[in-house]
Amino acid sequence: MRRLRTWGPGLLLVSPSIILVGIFVYGLIGLNVQTSLAETRDRITNRITNPGGVANYLNLLGDDRYQHALWNLLVLTVVFMVGTMLFGLLWAVLLERGVTGEGAFRSIYLFPMAISFVAAGVAWRWLLSPAQGPDQAIGLNQLFLKLGMPWLQSSWWSSDSSFNMAAMAIPAIWQLSGYIMALFLAGFRGISDDQREAARVDGASEWQLYRYVLFPQVSPVALSALIILGHMSMKMFDLIYSIAGANSYTAEVPATFMWIQLFPQSNPTGAAANATVILAIVAIVVIPYLIYTNHTEKDGRA
Amino acid sequence: MRAQPLVAVAFAAALTLVGCSSGAPTASQSPSAATSAPAGGAGGDVGVFTWWADGSEKVGLEALEKLFKEKYPNDTFVNLAVAGGAGSNAKAKLAADLQNGNPPDSFQGHAGAELQDYIRADQIEPVNDVIDALGGASVFPKNLLDLLTVQGNIYSVPSNIHRANVVWANPDVLKKAGASAEPADIDAWLADMQKLKDAGVATPLSVGGTWTQLQLFETVLIADLGVDGYTQLFTAQGDWGSGGVKKAVAHYAKLLSYANTASDGDDWPGATDAVINGKAAYNVMGDWAVAQFTLKNKKDGVDYTYFPVPGTKGVFDFLADSFTLPKGAKNPGGAKDWLSLIGSPEGQKAFNLAKGSIPARTDVPSDDFPAYQKTAMASFKSDKIAPSIAHGAAVSQAWNSDMSTAISKFYRSKDQATLVTDLVAAAKKNAV
Repeated sequence: MRRLRTWGPGLLLVSPSIILVGIFVYGLIGLNVQTSLAETRDRITNRITNPGGVANYLNLLGDDRYQHALWNLLVLTVVFMVGTMLFGLLWAVLLERGVTGEGAFRSIYLFPMAISFVAAGVAWRWLLSPAQGPDQAIGLNQLFLKLGMPWLQSSWWSSDSSFNMAAMAIPAIWQLSGYIMALFLAGFRGISDDQREAARVDGASEWQLYRYVLFPQVSPVALSALIILGHMSMKMFDLIYSIAGANSYTAEVPATFMWIQLFPQSNPTGAAANATVILAIVAIVVIPYLIYTNHTEKDGRA
Repeated sequence: MRAQPLVAVAFAAALTLVGCSSGAPTASQSPSAATSAPAGGAGGDVGVFTWWADGSEKVGLEALEKLFKEKYPNDTFVNLAVAGGAGSNAKAKLAADLQNGNPPDSFQGHAGAELQDYIRADQIEPVNDVIDALGGASVFPKNLLDLLTVQGNIYSVPSNIHRANVVWANPDVLKKAGASAEPADIDAWLADMQKLKDAGVATPLSVGGTWTQLQLFETVLIADLGVDGYTQLFTAQGDWGSGGVKKAVAHYAKLLSYANTASDGDDWPGATDAVINGKAAYNVMGDWAVAQFTLKNKKDGVDYTYFPVPGTKGVFDFLADSFTLPKGAKNPGGAKDWLSLIGSPEGQKAFNLAKGSIPARTDVPSDDFPAYQKTAMASFKSDKIAPSIAHGAAVSQAWNSDMSTAISKFYRSKDQATLVTDLVAAAKKNAV
């Protein structure tokens, strides 16, 4: 009875959100999984379109098109994460050293994040146009021509290469580097000046100062940043949809393929299986992170 | 408001027309059928869902709305148009509404096989009675009706027709290179493109994003297979691995070698503009492109010429918009009033004059239409009719999507064997 009085009111306070999250997150995930296991038939030809059960997942994972989409996702995610971390860290280090007009630079770097992926995508579709040569080139290719560097022209994400999605990461890097910079900047600012002074007194060079004193202390920030970027990249839909159009095989990732399954192919069962796979991939990344932060928080409290 | 004498007369006239044209007016199976509706319409709100939210399409819809108010004063027209994405936004919204049991009273869909998706999902009802009441095969071309029929039923009323197999050309560019005004077949066309290239035109043919490439490919298929061979591809007997298809794929690959590099996201106006400003000599585009030339103040026959895709002379590669009766519509009587208006000669004339397309009925006089539409109407009456792949007349949305993927893949890889394999696989998966 006494224990109920201790945690009872707290439970009462959070119960609405527990119920809502239970229904609208976990309940719908359950419903999605259930849909993905259904057996479906074509109403006109009576052909089986989804055999039902685990076979739905095996069919999806065995599909060349899906494997191509997964490969694209891998390339996109790796290039996007590496690029964004590099630029974010570089800008943060530059700004952290106290340049004049830091506020202005910070805003400039952060601005792209205020633009929606769709709006940015429309501009980047033009910038990354595959057309080449003096008559046709527009966007970046035209810029390279005018600068007298025609060898830099590229088909970008439309090129016939397995790594074409690296080009699709460019707009995403442009958009999110500022955000990562802000995270790192906050991390650096959290380290007291005493430590730098102490390191300098001990004779550490600037490189050693960063390598052995500052970077180790922002590593939790780096981990959070990687997780944020990783799950954003895996769910990325709007940017790709607005740059490559609705039915692009070349730039297809699981999220855009899900749209195609659901609407043009009217195959909700396949789309649900695809959605479950995306959820599983994100979970593989996020759950270890949650466990890790849980542990460190407990350690911190103890 | 009710039973204004003028309207009553108009409706009586309509009824008489119905009685004459169909011989025996179809006894209405449901009490709400158009033929048993009270004068002036069934009453209530009629929610009509379209993606005609912009440009000439919007003007056309407004013309219909005005006429609908005059003819059916009891009904209230509710415009449920959804803008954007050439209909793809609208289709997603519509799919959600239909899934949730909240259908509009009538919605726009490409006539033909694309409606199969809704028939499969049991979301629309046959409108045979409305088609019969409008005059059936005596006013709509027989083979158009055949293409609209699924398992003996017609599920939509066509509102307008467009032609997909039109080459738009820039006569100045052609003259400079000494290319012929209208090549006889694909090979002659390719020879002309070589001439143009030799004369310094970097990209004789302009293409846009994936669906424009699919449309170009379908016209090449018609040219190489003929109408009958082409139409047969969409039946259970269709053989996508045949020599004819391989030949068409080879032709298509050669055509692309004379084309510009487009991105998947590019829409058609850019490709048509390339012809207008002389960067390219040819563009294969549906006849809605005529609006683009008019917009840029170009003169028919002087600044631009047009002809059927070489090898498809005498073939009308058609696509049509049409309106349906969704299952569970709140006001089926009002929906049938709307469908009757869409199919009536007045409705077809008012809408198509504004939109720049041609009527699906063959009994609408062409006198008031502009030059291009006059020629299209004449062709539609006399030509063989083939259904368009890219615009949903020949294949379901799922099939269309699979073919678009194959075409998008081919545009990058230029691998002919893979394209044929993909087309065969798509047919196997989707053919009825």
